[in-house]
Parts: sequence; C-alpha cells; structure tokens
Amino acid sequence: MDDPPVLELEGITKRFPGVVANDHIDFTLGRSEVHALLGENGAGKSTLMNVLYGLYQPDEGQIRVKGETVKIGSPKDAIERGIGMVHQHFMLIPVMTVAENIVLATEPKQAGVLLDYRAARRRVEELSRTFGFVIDPDARVDTLTVGQQQRVEILKALYRQADILILDEPTAVLTPQEAQGLFEILRVLVREGLSIIFISHKLNEVLDIANRITVLRRGKRIETIPRQGATQAGLARLMVGRDVLLRVEKEPAEPAEPLLEVADLHVKNERDLEAVRAVSFDVRAGEIVGIAGVDGNGQSELIDAITGLRSAESGRVVVAGRDVTRSHTRRVIEAGLGHIPEDRHLRGLVLDFTLAENLALEDYREPPDSRFGWLFPRRLIARARTLIREFDVRGGGPRTRAASLSGGNQQKVVIAREVHRDPRVLLAAQPTRGLDIGAVEFVHRRLVEERDEGRAVLLVSLELDEILSLSDRILVIYEGAIVAEYGPDVSEEELGLAMTGGVREEAVA
Amino acid sequence: MTELPGELEAPEAPEPTPEGTVPSVAARLALYQRAGGFVVPLITTVLAFFIGGLVVLVVTHKNPISTYKAIFNGSGLNWFFPWISHSDRVTAAFNLQSTLLLTTSLIFTGLAVAFAFRCGLFNIGGQGQYGMGAIVAVLVASSWTSMSGVPHIVLSIVLGALAGALWAGLAGILKATVGAHEVITTIMLNWIVFWFAAYLFGIGGPAQSSTQALVPVSNDVAPNTHLHVFWGSPILQGLHIGFFIAIAALVAYWIVLNRTTLGFEVRAVGFNPEAARYAGISVAKNYFLAMAISGTAAGLAGAIDVLGWKFRVGVDDIQGSTIGFIGIAVALLGRNTAVGIFFSALLFGALVNGTSTRNLDPSVFQPELASNLTLMIQGLVLLFVGADVLVIYLWRTRRKLLFWRRSAPTR
Repeated sequence: MDDPPVLELEGITKRFPGVVANDHIDFTLGRSEVHALLGENGAGKSTLMNVLYGLYQPDEGQIRVKGETVKIGSPKDAIERGIGMVHQHFMLIPVMTVAENIVLATEPKQAGVLLDYRAARRRVEELSRTFGFVIDPDARVDTLTVGQQQRVEILKALYRQADILILDEPTAVLTPQEAQGLFEILRVLVREGLSIIFISHKLNEVLDIANRITVLRRGKRIETIPRQGATQAGLARLMVGRDVLLRVEKEPAEPAEPLLEVADLHVKNERDLEAVRAVSFDVRAGEIVGIAGVDGNGQSELIDAITGLRSAESGRVVVAGRDVTRSHTRRVIEAGLGHIPEDRHLRGLVLDFTLAENLALEDYREPPDSRFGWLFPRRLIARARTLIREFDVRGGGPRTRAASLSGGNQQKVVIAREVHRDPRVLLAAQPTRGLDIGAVEFVHRRLVEERDEGRAVLLVSLELDEILSLSDRILVIYEGAIVAEYGPDVSEEELGLAMTGGVREEAVA
Repeated sequence: MTELPGELEAPEAPEPTPEGTVPSVAARLALYQRAGGFVVPLITTVLAFFIGGLVVLVVTHKNPISTYKAIFNGSGLNWFFPWISHSDRVTAAFNLQSTLLLTTSLIFTGLAVAFAFRCGLFNIGGQGQYGMGAIVAVLVASSWTSMSGVPHIVLSIVLGALAGALWAGLAGILKATVGAHEVITTIMLNWIVFWFAAYLFGIGGPAQSSTQALVPVSNDVAPNTHLHVFWGSPILQGLHIGFFIAIAALVAYWIVLNRTTLGFEVRAVGFNPEAARYAGISVAKNYFLAMAISGTAAGLAGAIDVLGWKFRVGVDDIQGSTIGFIGIAVALLGRNTAVGIFFSALLFGALVNGTSTRNLDPSVFQPELASNLTLMIQGLVLLFVGADVLVIYLWRTRRKLLFWRRSAPTR
C-alpha cells in the first residue's frame, strides 16, 4: 500500500433540500485495499457512493482516480474510469443466462448486430478462471441462488474492467455461509490487485474483511481507523456517537404465574399441511421465552394461531387466564396480548396513516378515543404526543405520515402502540429485523424492561444472537414441533444443532 | 434458496427516507402527487381540454375556442357573469339548472366510487346501484298513491337507497367471504339491473305503465312525491332540493371518513388491510360496509333523479344512462375528496349538459358530434388521471427546461 492511492475523495459535499447528506468528506482507497464504509442507515454512505458512481453530482469537492482529477457525470463515466458498483438489489435480467447478463450493453457482436454468444461465454469463463469463481455461464439467472447472483454482478463489473469495486451492503441478502463465500472471493480479488469499498453497518464483518474502516455519522466523516486495534464496541460508539451495549444487560428472571399457555396446538398452513404439531409451552410473567428455529419451521403459523389471525385445528391458547383459542384477533388483544409483528411495513403500520392514527390502531374503538362510534382526533393526537416523547420517536410529530420515518423509529411506534395498552403478554416476532445498532439496542432494552414490569414476553426470532442475549428460556422449533428446551446459557453450537433437527427426541424436558 | 430478484426487493420496497438519503423517484412522485392537491387535477383537465380542442380543429376544422365557448354557454355557467344581457340570463339560468341537476346525480355516483375506493375497493357498479335505486324509488312512489307527500317521499328515497346498498353489498359480501373480485361482480350486477329493467318496464312487463300500453316505461310517480323545485320552473326541470341532499352527502362523507371509528377502519383497511387485520380490525366487515355505503350513495342518486325530474323510469333510462360510469371519472379526478368530488361533478355535469344537442349552438359545432366531444374529453381526463405520474413528470421537466434556459447563457 505504498503506491499512491487509486482513489481520493476530497471534501465531498452533497446537499439536499433540508439536509447535508455529505459534509466535506475525505476518503482514500489504496491499491489492493478493502476500505469499509461504516455507518447507520442515513449516515450518508449511499449518497457518497452515488456521487462516486456518477449518479449524483457533488456540490463541492474533488474526485481523483489514480492521481487524476476527474468529473464523473454518469455511471458510464465511472465505468470508463474503472469503477464498478454492485448494488444491494441486483440489476440482473432473470430470464437471461449468466453470460448474457455479464456482457449486456457491451456485448461482443457478430457482423455488427448479432450477439456472439460463444465469444461472450468464452470471456466469462476466462474471467471466472482468473478470479476463481465457480459459475455456469449458461445457467439462467433466475435459477441461481442469491449468493450466485451476487457473483454474477461482481463478474459483470470485472468484465467491464473495473479495478475499483463498490459493494453496497453486500451481505444484507446473504446467509452466513454465503457471506463467508463472498469474503473468500473478495480476498482473491484483492490479491489480484483490485481495490474494494465495502459498505456495511454490520460490525463483525467489517472487522473480518476490511483493511481500513471509515465511519460516517449524519453526513460527516467521524474517523478512519485501521482494522488492527479496532473493536466492535469502539466502532459502535463511533457510529452511534455514544456507548452502545452490544450485550443486553439484565438481571436473572423471576418468573411468576403463567400468562400465556399453549397446549397441544395443531395449525395448518395455506396449503393445508400441518405446520404446527402438538406444540405446548407456557410463558410466565417476568420471563422472556425465545423460540429459535430456521425460517419456515412453523413459526409464522404458531404466531398467527396465538394472535387469532389463523384458526388452530385443535389445542388451546390461553392469554392471562382467558381461553382465546380461535378467537377473533380483537378478542385476543382485549384479553391482554400485545403483538409486535414480523414486518413493520406490511403488518405493523399503515404507512399512509399519521403517527397518531397508527398509535391508535387498537385504541380507536374505545373511550377516550371514541364514543358511540364518534372519533375524537384531538385525543388521538394528544396521546400520540405523549407516546412519541416517552418512546423517543424521532423524525416527526403526531401528524407525520409513518412512511416518512426511519425503520428504527417506525419500530418504536409499533412498540409504543403495543406496550402502552399494558398487555399481560407481549409477542415479538423478529423485532429488530433491518434495524441499525442504536435501534436494536433500544428494542432489546425495552423488551427486557417489559419483562421486568411483569409481562410475559414471547420472542420469535431467526437471529441466534438475539435469542441468546435476550431469552431466559429457549425453545427450539423444528418442522412445527418444539424439539428442545434450554436455559439461557446454552451454546450457539448446541442450539444450531437442535435447529436442524439434531436432537429430536431426547432433549425435550 | 432460488429466489427471484423481484421477490428479494419486495420486503424492503418502501424503505423510508431517513435524513441524509434521497427519496427514490417513485417516492418523490408520490409526494408531489399528494402535495399536488389542486394542481395536478387542474393540469389534467386543462390537458384534456387542450387535446380535445386539437381534435376539434383537425377533424372538423372548427375553431376550438369558439366551440368551448359554446359549450360553456350551453352549460349555463355564463349565468355567473354579471355582464350578460337579460335574455341571455334567462337561457343561462335554465341551462345552469340542468347542469346542476346532473351535478347532483354525479356527486352521488362519484361518492359511490370514492367511498369504496377509500377502503381499497373499485366499485364499477355505480351504474347498476343507481338503476336499482331508481327502479325501487319509482315502484314505491308510483304505488300507495293515497300516502301523504313527505312520508311517501322519505319512504321512496330510503328504500331506493337501501336497494342500492343491497346491490353493492352483494358484491361486498362476495368479496369478504369468497374473495370474488369486486370489479367483476359489480359489472355482472350492472347487467342484471340492465335486463331487470327491461323485464319490469318492457312491453307487457309486470310494472309497465298502465296508461301507455305501447311504451316501455313505468307508471308515473304520485304528483305529491315530486321534490320541491327551489329554482326555476317545476315543469321545465328546475333545480330541486336534491341538490342540497347531495351537498349534505358530501359533508357526511367527510365526517364519516374523518370523524368516526367506521371511517377510521375503512381508511386503515384501504391503505393496508394486513396491518388492519393485525390490529384486530375485521377486513371482511369493512369490505361489506364500504360497498353497502357506496351503494347507498348510488341508490340515492337514482331515487332522487326519479323524484326530482324524471318522475318515471323507462327501459331506456336504465339501459342508456351513463351517470354511474361518469361517477368513476368524477371520483378519480376529484381524488376521492369531498371538495374535489364537488368540483369534478360540476365539471362533468357542465360538460354533459353543455354538449347536449339541445344546448349547443349548431352553427358552432355539429350537434350530432357534440356528445362525442364530451365522451372524448371524459376519456382524456380519465386517461390523464390514470397517468398523473406522467403529468407530474411533464410538469417537472418543464421546470427543468426553464432552469436550463435560464442558466444557458452563462455557460
């Protein structure tokens, strides 16, 4: 890395109406370097990269590629300068083959008009060999896994002779195994002399792959540090601007009476197959019970049956002493269940409603919100104002549309709505999916607080870390049945094994 | 894990716009659309008229401006001009009364589309619901002639409205229970009314006129059920008090949507049925209620037309009417808001009336082409309403062009 940097950004400033997305940002990238750009959602990472890729024009600042000051007016300019970008959402044509996708727009021609498919195929094979990709150039893109599609995107950039590669949150769509595979490829690319800008908000993978790390916060460059000596806690502090608890602090649980009882529950899915089989468990006041499992093992059907969104075939669901099996969702809510649903955009919020309306989504039918069917919008707004303050929702007031909030703040609205009704049982499904560190911390702390208030908390999550750091008891669901129960100190390995059906009979206590 | 890229994007699609990042083009357009308020429908209308004018010019070689002027005068809107002569004013008043009669019906049929729309349903059946309202109202008002006026009127209107509610409610029930799409079912229900009217009032039909055996028409309503005419002549189709009922319906529409728990539920279901269901709101119930209320509005239109100025229903009245369909255009152009519906109902009422052969000056524009011009402008408005994103885009491009022109000399 003694060579002059291949890329220098100097004092890049980009303003949008009302915000400075990038405020005099300096950034350099050395040859054969992986330089991570770390920051929360909205910190300005994507804006900076869009400036570099020619999608935005900077208001101030300079870009130098290989020592030469350049003006990048469009992605075409960027490509000509050897800059390639792999977007978070792939820009591939599903019905075309790998080779066709890769050569698209710069395809080798036969007689000037016809695609020379054999030449295209040959070049793709050459590239794959050079960089150690295993990929079939004749496969149709829609038959590939997500990880493979990402490789096609990378190959596309390499085919266009990129030597500076921008990867925008490349692991967001990958499984942990696929992410490791990607890192292998990136190491090869670096060895071959490429330079990589790696955008992420995940601390562990940044520490895994990057040589240097630049942290952005609210449009400003906070610091650039080498990987050596960097820690997760340190990076988190730089990102968020204050100390972040990566590990949830909590006292041991003091479980009291059972508030949620599920007995011998059987539930069918849309295809009329039994998705939940003879599930029995209870959750007591003052404890968090985590349900761990690989996606699609009956979690959704179990949640739906508890919340009354789907009818159970047989069995019993009791919330705070009231039998709510096959009851309408409204009855279940009235019995004392709060539900933080899995997908806040689709199920948690009415994005076109204001915050006040969203916060009242379960209260509107009762006094003081309404009386005899007559709604009092001012009371909705007054309560919303209190809740917004109490739950520290930022980015809007009671009359702001929910869609205009960031993901973390949207989730705070959902939690505020479910918690302020003082439910006896709180059911949280994937409550931190897609949230950044600060918001995750908030949600986790809040769930523990609710537990300490004496609520029974049922946490269903695909994230093992989340299950392990929050739960007082852990149930493992596999193929619709609870196959194991553990205390909070179980190892990740043991849990992982159980999730793949490794313990079936013996472990059920 | 073979997922299509499209599926991958879906869960993250409407990512909010946190500070510092830039909203996507779609999000920005959505914002303009929402903020556009009056501007976009206005531009839409102007564009439609402009293109309509071009067609007039090219096809008939008539002067489009004088054509539009004639339509304007035909609609009676020149009544509001203080400078017109006395005799013109008399004609204008008469024309304006006709226009407002149409506006009255269009407000109702517009509401019938708009209310369902707010619940996420597309009620194409306004025409059939209007027809049911008219049929039931004429049957009731022409029977029991010994009843005294006001109760008879109220009974006719209420039963007519209920008939519309039932007709739309059927589609609502089908949607709520078996998931039958309301566009399909309401269109089918329209056809049932179409032929039901032919059966009832056709020659020899069970409810055909007892005095005119050779005319496919109903009996006349009892004279004391005619709605009071407050402006113009009761004989020459003056403006009746149904106009005020329509205005009241607009107010009620706003109140129900914004000030009742029913409206809260309807809007929640309309914006996001999944989130509503998760919050314990019954989506099925709201589908039914929204359709029934929509049908009530359309049924009211039918009943009030019968008692206000038609006084009888012919097979042609049901089969030839388009008042329910124009309601779709009214709701779309009015963006499902109370104020918007009022003005777009007025616009379409004026258009239809202004181009009717009776009102349009034949020396300016051939009367036989005139009503086609209305249809054309209607169609264009619908087209542009559907393409309002395009309109916004053009609007923005215009600004960009201006900017470019302004900054060009300095380069």
